[in-house]
Amino acid sequence: MRGNLKLGLARMRLLLFLLALFATLLPRSATADATAAREALAILAGGNLDAMEPAIGTIARSGVPWAEPVLGALLEGRLLVRPSDRAVFLRTPDGVLLEAESGAPTSVDAKSLRPIRINNRLRRTLEGALGALTLGHGDPAVRLTAAEKLFARPDPSALDSLEAALVRETEPRVREAFARARAAILLEHGPPPARAEAALALAASPSPAVLGKLQAARRALPADAAPEIVAALEEAIAKVERRLRLLELAQTLFQGMSLGSVLLLAAIGLAVTFGVMGVINMAHGEMVMLGAYATWAVQQAMRALLPGALDWSLIFAVPAAFILAAAAGWAIERGVISRLYGRPLETLLATFGISLVLQQAVRLGIGATNREVVTPSWMSGLWEPVPGLALTTNRIVIVLFAIAVFLLLVALVRGTRLGLEIRAVTQNRRMAETMGIRTPRVDALTFALGSGIAGIGGVALAQIDNVSPNLGQAYIVDSFIVVVFGGVGNLWGTFLGAMTLGLVNKLLEPVAGAVLGKIIVLLALILFIQRRPQGLFALRGRAAEA
Amino acid sequence: MTAAPRSPLRPALMLSLVGCAILLVPILNRLVPEGSALHLEDRFVPLFGKYLAYAVLAVSLDLIWGRAGILSLGHGAFFALGGYAMGMYLMRQIGPRGVYAHPVLPDFMVFLNWQELPWYWYGFDRFWFAMIMVVLVPGTLAFLFGWFAFRSRVSGVYFSIITQALTFALMLAFFRNEMGFGGNNGLTDFKDILGFPITAPDTRLALYLATGLLLLLALVVAIHLRRSPLGRLLVAIRDGEARARFLGHDTLKAKLFVWTLSAVLAGLAGALYVPQVGIINPSEFSPAASIEIAIWVAVGGRDTILGPVVGSLLVNGMKTWLTGAAPELWLFVLGGLFVLVTLVLPDGLVGIGRALARRFKTGSSAAPIEAGPGPMEAARG
Amino acid sequence: MAEAARTVSGGTILEPHILLYLDGVTVSFDGFKALNSLSLVLEEGELRTIIGPNGAGKTTMMDVITGKTRPDAGTVLFKGGIDLLRLDETAIARLGIGRKFQRPTVFDRLTVAENLELAMQGGWSLTRLIAGRLDVEGREQVERTLEIVGLSALRHELAGRLSHGQRQWLEIGMLLVQNPRLILLDEPVAGMSDAETAKTAELILRLKGAHTIVVVEHDMHFVRELGAKVTVLHEGRVLAEGPVEAVQSDPAVIEVYLGRS
Repeated sequence: MRGNLKLGLARMRLLLFLLALFATLLPRSATADATAAREALAILAGGNLDAMEPAIGTIARSGVPWAEPVLGALLEGRLLVRPSDRAVFLRTPDGVLLEAESGAPTSVDAKSLRPIRINNRLRRTLEGALGALTLGHGDPAVRLTAAEKLFARPDPSALDSLEAALVRETEPRVREAFARARAAILLEHGPPPARAEAALALAASPSPAVLGKLQAARRALPADAAPEIVAALEEAIAKVERRLRLLELAQTLFQGMSLGSVLLLAAIGLAVTFGVMGVINMAHGEMVMLGAYATWAVQQAMRALLPGALDWSLIFAVPAAFILAAAAGWAIERGVISRLYGRPLETLLATFGISLVLQQAVRLGIGATNREVVTPSWMSGLWEPVPGLALTTNRIVIVLFAIAVFLLLVALVRGTRLGLEIRAVTQNRRMAETMGIRTPRVDALTFALGSGIAGIGGVALAQIDNVSPNLGQAYIVDSFIVVVFGGVGNLWGTFLGAMTLGLVNKLLEPVAGAVLGKIIVLLALILFIQRRPQGLFALRGRAAEA
Repeated sequence: MTAAPRSPLRPALMLSLVGCAILLVPILNRLVPEGSALHLEDRFVPLFGKYLAYAVLAVSLDLIWGRAGILSLGHGAFFALGGYAMGMYLMRQIGPRGVYAHPVLPDFMVFLNWQELPWYWYGFDRFWFAMIMVVLVPGTLAFLFGWFAFRSRVSGVYFSIITQALTFALMLAFFRNEMGFGGNNGLTDFKDILGFPITAPDTRLALYLATGLLLLLALVVAIHLRRSPLGRLLVAIRDGEARARFLGHDTLKAKLFVWTLSAVLAGLAGALYVPQVGIINPSEFSPAASIEIAIWVAVGGRDTILGPVVGSLLVNGMKTWLTGAAPELWLFVLGGLFVLVTLVLPDGLVGIGRALARRFKTGSSAAPIEAGPGPMEAARG
Repeated sequence: MAEAARTVSGGTILEPHILLYLDGVTVSFDGFKALNSLSLVLEEGELRTIIGPNGAGKTTMMDVITGKTRPDAGTVLFKGGIDLLRLDETAIARLGIGRKFQRPTVFDRLTVAENLELAMQGGWSLTRLIAGRLDVEGREQVERTLEIVGLSALRHELAGRLSHGQRQWLEIGMLLVQNPRLILLDEPVAGMSDAETAKTAELILRLKGAHTIVVVEHDMHFVRELGAKVTVLHEGRVLAEGPVEAVQSDPAVIEVYLGRS
């Protein structure tokens, strides 16, 4: 703490020094500006709104070191005046009182002070002035924010300082932001030819804000504007619109894929237990829930034992979730489901009972409230493959994870001894028995496998959803729909079914709204299942009747 | 599901038994003097009325599940639709007595700034119209849904799952304020029914008796259905629908008839349920509520006349008691019931009763015929 | 086939003595041809046995006739020229085509008499199913049928309690009460004892003439006992047709059977 404070102070001193240096370089007399600024501060203390506007400009241009903190405080209502002598103080965001000019702490009685009020017009003026002030800040992030502010509220008076800053700027990202802000100012306030040029420059970085500005600029053009200028603006608008539509579509597709992979993770275990074995497991959602709780528990344990490696707790959470859910699945199969083979409706009811018991056990044992699973730092953040298309990292990770789990399962079923036995038992139980396969053992293992995979799905869902006893309930209906839609007994069908449903859901959402979209999907599915009871990718001929 | 097709109790005897049981509530409430240990307070009358409505719902599910082997996981939807139709009538009866004192619009519509009544609320100020809707809305939905499903030969668990999706979709829809059914809160704050104050003890007793009458009617329907050729056809459909078709039976029509009849009964039960509990909201559509009905039937005994009645009374009585005494235990008990009944009591309590009666009669241990794997065997592959 | 069917404008009509006519029927499952241009003609009142190795298409042929499977190509006509390919299973059953499956398919949880009544009520309207019951004539027919199949004493027994042979006879009885014009029997004596087989042969011979019967069978002993015209199927088409003795000495048939075993 102490070290940080020291470092902060040192930085502050350096900053003050630089500001002082900068001030001496200014062409006009610094002392005269300082005097003018002090007078302007007195005007601010007077509270006359009309007089305040030029005073703000004076302070901003003066280059005095206290200009930025004081104007910032004024904007946020933290600039205070003592009515008795009109002395000005400012309160820092953490509540410490400072003298406005010197920045020195003061012990003045807070009750004797009242804030200086401003109105909306002044607020805009202040924001513009502050934007220009911070363009020369030492921290690139601050410069970037300043540029973005200027872009959002183009202030023609800042154009000169902006252009100066643009020449000095070395950071490419900040340079771009400066150029955008400059173009925005020119677009709104420049002479018509400059507007056309600015419009085309802005069109290179399309965003809804740019589109808004371009459209406003088009409307602001006088009726007798030169046709080539009108054409340039309209071309810029069309270009941005095209690009935005494309970006929006890409974003929707990604969201659809993301939802699809969530559905896939929830349904993939069911594709084994229901799709391959034909067992209706209504407690499937609870296997997902157990996986999510295992993730939480592993994270809690790591926090206590290995806080440094907390970011990598998922590496332990995946096997833990698999083992926990697989063990639960094995117990359910041995204890209940194996006694109900050939009676699917009874299996459905019994496993629903198990799901109630599991939920309630977690509710009583761990608590009914949501548990928070911390997203590892490497999973948070954004990835912007092209400007304007921002994909959240955790969603990308989940899409990749879902595909990986799916491929692993396919490899397991196709390429291992267990997979072979599973296929043998599901295709011809009696034949498998005569060949010496211990079918009850295969049943239990298959079910444990499906449950374990559901648990792994829970690890991923814990990153994006609340970990609560009801977690599984949210996914059970969707999971069944995915498996049935994709075609029972067909792993690839489940994959495509999940992705299709995810995409359809997300494509419908902007048109119909989230809830109505879901209802439409459900109703469409009810109709679909009736038309094609075998699902999207049905087997034909004798195999379909097995 | 014992093979014995005949119940040891004669139908007339069974009906009078249920009738007497129903009359117990008014007797204990009105004829036994207050202060007596046996006296039933007024406030318990609607509780028993609710149980009777649930019993009708259970009988309706058993018609289609016990007899025809078609498990609906969406029967709560028909129950709720009947309830909403009745609720709409009761809302319109409030008139200007609502919080916002609007002459026509129910409170929630005023709250949502609606200017006029949606068209589908027209007519619900008349009791006869509401009653027609109570029958027509669940009946039509069931008919259309069943026609699509049965025609494309959706059966077994697939049918169960899409009925679940149906009630789930309806739940989401009714949660929306824009639907005009009160959204989250549903319909409530009812004042009176047919001019009688809805919370008055006399009205409540009358509603109770009406529900009892409906239960008897449902049982008469169930008994007749069992003894008719259609009842035998339904058993045949349950155990081998393809074979029944080869015998020249139009199984689609038979299933559709019983399915729709069952939905209408459920809707009527819902209509009598709402004025007694005083509220109807979208949670009645939740898939869990529907699946619970199946356990009432299973506990009592499927494909029996008394089973669903006994099961629904028992499970709901237990629910009332446990959610008061030890609320955290209730879900364990309910979940346990699901497992227990399917594993060790496939014939429910009535099955046990029959086995005991048979043993008592013959004096020997006449082994019941094994339920056997049945036709569902095929669904496993 | 000229003597069986005539093509007239608008369709094909059958000669009056022809009950069933199959021509060029082809069914394929994923490239495998279960029936390969199969042709078969049945006369009214005829008893016909159909034999053939596994996968010869016997069951698929039955599926096509009863409407369970739709062929990719071919003609299937019934008495007078009714196109069976346009009808569904229920409608075909109502035409009077009854089928007995390989697996016993009586309803275990109904009594013997109830099974027969259920079979008789095939085609009843919904209202009749709800409100009606069997008339005197119907009850008499149930009695007669019980006697023919030898199950009179067991009429109140649950079908689930019958022996294997009794169940097969009950099922034949269920076909009989429907007064079918064509009875398809799929391996009626599979799994039966010798005594039961003999009794079944006797039963079928008693029905011959009054009904047209097709028997699909593996058991050559039983086929000889029936002594009827035999059709041999192989790889989805007719390999040979004729009296039992002639077929048994046909070199092609011997080749197919011996070559396999």
